[in-house]
Amino acid sequence: MIPEFGHYALVLALCIAIIQGVLPLLGAHFGRRDWLVLARPAAQTVFLLLAIAFGILAWSFYVNDFSVLYVAEHSNSQLPVIYRLGAVWGGHEGSLLLWIFLLATWTILVSQLSKALDDFMVARVIGVLGLVTSGLLLFVLTTSNPFERLLPAAQDGRSLNPLLQDPGLVFHPPMLYMGYVGFSVAFAFAIASLLSGRLDAAWARWSRPWTTAAWVFLTLGIALGSWWAYYELGWGGWWFWDPVENASFIPWLVGTALLHSLAVTEKRGGFKSWTVLLAITAFSLSLLGTFLVRSGVLTSVHAFATDPRRGIFILIFLSLVVGSSLALYAWRAPKSSMGGKFSLSSRETFILLGNVFLVVSAGSVLLGTLYPLLIDALHLGKISVGPPYFNSVFVPIMVPLLVLMGVGPWTNWKQSNLLAIIKHLWLAGLVAVLAGIAIPLIMGQFTWLAGMGFMLAFWVIASGCMQVARQAKAGKPTRSFIGMQVAHLGIAVFVIGITMVGAYQEEKDVRMAAGDTVSVGGYQIQLQSVNNALGPNYRAMRGTFVLSKNGSNQISLYPEKRNYFSSTMPMTEAAIDAGLTRDIYVSLGEELGDQSWAVRVYYKPFVDWIWGGCLLMALGGVLAMSDKRYRLKLKSKFS
Amino acid sequence: MKPRHKRTLIVIAVLIAIGVAALLILNALNSNIALYVTPSEVAAGKAPQGQAFRIGGMVRDGSLKRDGLTVRFVITDLVKDIPVAYTGILPDLFKEGKGAVIQGRMNASGEFIASEVLAKHDENYMPPEAKHALEQAQKNGSNDGTNDRTNKGSNK
Repeated sequence: MIPEFGHYALVLALCIAIIQGVLPLLGAHFGRRDWLVLARPAAQTVFLLLAIAFGILAWSFYVNDFSVLYVAEHSNSQLPVIYRLGAVWGGHEGSLLLWIFLLATWTILVSQLSKALDDFMVARVIGVLGLVTSGLLLFVLTTSNPFERLLPAAQDGRSLNPLLQDPGLVFHPPMLYMGYVGFSVAFAFAIASLLSGRLDAAWARWSRPWTTAAWVFLTLGIALGSWWAYYELGWGGWWFWDPVENASFIPWLVGTALLHSLAVTEKRGGFKSWTVLLAITAFSLSLLGTFLVRSGVLTSVHAFATDPRRGIFILIFLSLVVGSSLALYAWRAPKSSMGGKFSLSSRETFILLGNVFLVVSAGSVLLGTLYPLLIDALHLGKISVGPPYFNSVFVPIMVPLLVLMGVGPWTNWKQSNLLAIIKHLWLAGLVAVLAGIAIPLIMGQFTWLAGMGFMLAFWVIASGCMQVARQAKAGKPTRSFIGMQVAHLGIAVFVIGITMVGAYQEEKDVRMAAGDTVSVGGYQIQLQSVNNALGPNYRAMRGTFVLSKNGSNQISLYPEKRNYFSSTMPMTEAAIDAGLTRDIYVSLGEELGDQSWAVRVYYKPFVDWIWGGCLLMALGGVLAMSDKRYRLKLKSKFS
Repeated sequence: MKPRHKRTLIVIAVLIAIGVAALLILNALNSNIALYVTPSEVAAGKAPQGQAFRIGGMVRDGSLKRDGLTVRFVITDLVKDIPVAYTGILPDLFKEGKGAVIQGRMNASGEFIASEVLAKHDENYMPPEAKHALEQAQKNGSNDGTNDRTNKGSNK
């Protein structure tokens, strides 16, 4: 009976979400207060109903109710409880329910934290979010009901894909979806402002912390996914330019552009149309990402679900959202696009250029992702666009962006003396050039790519240090300023990580028997034995390796080759000795006969800086969000 | 400078940036695309010469041979067979009788030297290119009838 309550809660949620989407918008349009006051209670009810539905699905997993098809397909009774809960969003239906539940969560947060906002604006924002919620709920109920029954009930479930039985999976999708879905708030604010015709600095100030919050979640979500792929897939890479990865990265790039553009709109009232367009684009790309991942159109390792009905529904929904918001944009967007006047050497110009680079890079990634689909759809053959394309297009676009990042924060709004700034920055330039030459030489080999990577990273760091020094003299810095510095430092740390790994990692595939030693990056790794081991729901071959550096600092590593009971698929579990300046990565391949094994070892210098950089970016976002002026504005009336 | 000129300058800068990006993109697309080819097409000589491409198909049962870290196997669309050599560690899901996608080039003696064997996440998942190759072969192929198709059923 309980799963039926969940289904029932979803149906009710759809009904209320339609009310939430329609009446407040109409009320705001016709000035009927009795309609628009419905916005908050409706949003609260939808949230409650979705929380119930989500809780019931989680409960069904917890009690192993295999009469529910989705549970039977994604869990089994041997699965540890934590993964059973993670399995709630381990498949298509559950992850969509999570998507909608998080959308309702954002909606309720907006409705609670916007007490100072005028009722018309709140009604419109909640209304737009209500429309999005209803569309997605309709999708779930018609094509992907997680509560569908399996009668007679299965004896036991099919289990969760072993790759997904990992703490990374428990946190990666909710983080990523919080980010994806969070852009819906920026979108709703943009649409609400277009509807009301009040695109002003106050609108930007309201949507800025929300956009930053979504961006922080997306950053963390992508980083978690990358980290998970690194240690769980056993391939040792941290980014594959897989379409599913791109689907989350494209909204991130546009979201980053949006964050900066919102700053201009808030401080100077400029770039209004551009900002609105970016807000619409960021959310549309989030929806597109969902479509790409969930429709199974991609030739991708992630394409679990293949159901054309689902694809068509999302495609229609996507065209409705994009089409109607662009139509509204064309109709209502302010005519003068540049806003306040600014000189060529001003912060506005730098942010605009940064925006162009971010959007162009997003476009190039989007093109590389969709190109094979397009060619296939036109029956021109099947192709794949691999990492070399993305590297050779994306990297050159990022170079000028990083150069701008060192200069931009020095400029003033409206007008500044670029020549004086450049003269002032000679020290940062010197540090950058020295780092670009010295670090590759210290690492043992100079390559132009590595030199450029370090140069750019240290350019950003040195310029940032000088900004901090200047600010420290001028007085107490704001949280916004600190946030920006931390986030930019995060980019630099990230660039150092990828440059180090790209230029100086060592990979070896070797055949090893007990007693054999392989050396990599100045370390020796000896295979001692390979034994049987038993886990809670799998059997494994476990290798025992000893890692040492010239005989000292011996550390044992235990990579495994697992066979899960509920699946015929073997799983490679890598063993990693992580460190601040390097990871040593060992994974066990197949048995090659005569007691020897294929073994892959990696020496990865500074690889953890990649995710460390992402953490810093996210931390910067949190700091910027917590700036005093947003809290003050919450108290003062929206005017 | 007049404001109008400034605006023109910005527009020009933006256009140049987009133009350079477009050039980069076209150039990269030209040299970094791998074509999917079926084993039958390779046998008919339709594979790109001197360029990397991808083959989708099934790993023939009983064809896998190891020589240290080098693996030799046969990829097939059940009509034509292509011998493949790969040095390195195979992905977990690589199995005889299952679908696979491999990237590499042909050498002079007609052996496909794989640089990459693609891993799929799910044991029940058939790479679309492998499926496509089997379907194509079935449509066009002169059915020798010697091949067992029992494996195909499990892959939908």
